[in-house]
Amino acid sequence: MSEDHAGPAATLAARVRHLEALLEQRGLIDARELDRSLEAFLARASPANGARVVARAWLDEGFRARLLSDANAALPELGLSMRGGLQEQRLKVVQNTEQQHNVIVCTLCSCYPIALLGPSPTWYKSPAYRSRVVRDPRAVLREFGFELESAVQVNVWDASAETRYMVLPRRPAGTDNLNEQALAALVTRNGLIGVAPA
Amino acid sequence: MSRINDVGGMQGFPPVEEEAGEPAFHADWEAHVFALNQALLRHGVYNLDEFRDAIERMPPAEYLTSSYYELWFRAITVLLAEKGVLTEEEMAGG
Repeated sequence: MSEDHAGPAATLAARVRHLEALLEQRGLIDARELDRSLEAFLARASPANGARVVARAWLDEGFRARLLSDANAALPELGLSMRGGLQEQRLKVVQNTEQQHNVIVCTLCSCYPIALLGPSPTWYKSPAYRSRVVRDPRAVLREFGFELESAVQVNVWDASAETRYMVLPRRPAGTDNLNEQALAALVTRNGLIGVAPA
Repeated sequence: MSRINDVGGMQGFPPVEEEAGEPAFHADWEAHVFALNQALLRHGVYNLDEFRDAIERMPPAEYLTSSYYELWFRAITVLLAEKGVLTEEEMAGG
């Protein structure tokens, strides 16, 4: 074994492999099933989904109204749903305006609309973000290089096992001639969390 | 009484650091832990509330110093032992 593979991570990797082998012997898991479910998950869950939702909402007022009043009912219009997990989670989409900015968090753990945003980044799950964004959201936004005007009110939405949130960012100025696909390309994962303008 | 996972508003944590171009998983074993948990949930070995609880009742020092998927792996082994599926000794060997 080379030195590169020594250390705690290697030990952990070996322990995970050992556990998988034990569970396979007991017939509780199947390695191929594991690979398949992981591939399916990674193929399905992407921030491109959230970006499509936002672009449609920017272009279609009717869709935006339906999305804001009942996101779970509106998502199927784009072939999306919050039913990816073991149970359907309620989604509430919160709209940024000139007066109000929204940020999402899960202070207790890591609840996140994975189906629309993809796997969450490590910082979202960190005690640093979870503890501080509810106490001083403006300071946390600044750490992302996002200076929010003092006149704008900040709303922080704390997700739970049953309810997830997604931010609908403001449409950037000068994008009147862009089509839906080009608009979606302007939307970032951080914008959907609320730590970036879009 | 709140548990260590209830960090909302707690003071003393450092600035948030974003990792540029962060991958979904940092190592294969993390992806395996993720998939393993999905499979055990799907097969009803334990449920999601039990899984959360197993993470949230971790000793505070361990909770705060472990990475996200380390916590998941620990919670899985705790639950498998408590459910009588495997013993800690079996899981430690190998």
